[in-house]
Amino acid sequence: MIIDLGLIEYEDAYRVQRELVARRKLNEIGDTLILAEHRPVFTIGRAGSRENLLVDERLLAERGIKVLCVDRGGDITFHGPGQLIAYPVIDLASKFADLHRYLRRLEDAVIEFLGKYSVPAVRSNGKTGVWVGGRKIASIGVGAANWITYHGLSINVNVDLGFFSMIHPCGFKNVEMESLARILGKSVDMDEAKRSLVSSFNGIFDFGDVRPRQRYSATL
Amino acid sequence: MVDVKLPTLAEGVNKATLTYWHKMVGESVKAGEDLAELATDKATFNMPSPASGVLKETFAGEGTEVSVGQVIAKIE
Repeated sequence: MIIDLGLIEYEDAYRVQRELVARRKLNEIGDTLILAEHRPVFTIGRAGSRENLLVDERLLAERGIKVLCVDRGGDITFHGPGQLIAYPVIDLASKFADLHRYLRRLEDAVIEFLGKYSVPAVRSNGKTGVWVGGRKIASIGVGAANWITYHGLSINVNVDLGFFSMIHPCGFKNVEMESLARILGKSVDMDEAKRSLVSSFNGIFDFGDVRPRQRYSATL
Repeated sequence: MVDVKLPTLAEGVNKATLTYWHKMVGESVKAGEDLAELATDKATFNMPSPASGVLKETFAGEGTEVSVGQVIAKIE
């Protein structure tokens, strides 16, 4: 099943994930891919610290931008409109019980997705994520509840990269961020990007078709 | 008494960081309930309790490195 949450607050999407993890555990649902976009928010993973946030949190608060500590792997990152987020809820135990292999499969999905836009992307050994010409275009940070996954990945499609200058993304001091729109020199249709990402994911994991929005809202 | 051992989280990876205890020593826990959170690279793993009982003792603090197969807690 694929669920497109549209533009949604980070915390609300997190609640949906935990709900789906619980339902996946009970086998009420199959493997599910959640798609979303978030309003501007900084999140710090388990390996991170506030030292990698370079601006005053109070100034962000005045703009309604939160800084959240979350239970995914990795350091600090930014999410905002124009960034395509994918949260796969997969029972890895039924496929392969290997968290690092899972991270590599997520990179594969993003690399294939970017290939559809003729953008050559690669992974970088020891630096989980997806890179184009030495710049980071997608960030990955996952969680698992006894092999059922949540959290996931974010791809900079049209997002304003300026926000990343407020942090050391993923804890790296000299990393430069990239977006698909910057590479292509024009903004990218998000609905089309979602469809492309779904088909890239379905080549690796089988989630089926996108479920119409009006139908899933009643079930959550 | 049941030993809680660190599972293999990824092939070729024999260490992880213990990032969070979901239960405190003395607290009761059910089999399958989240017990400890571990982290490796960009992934966290919530490890379920292997048994129902009381968390008697833990052998690793939050933020410390633990090895695959290491006994990290005892449940009675």
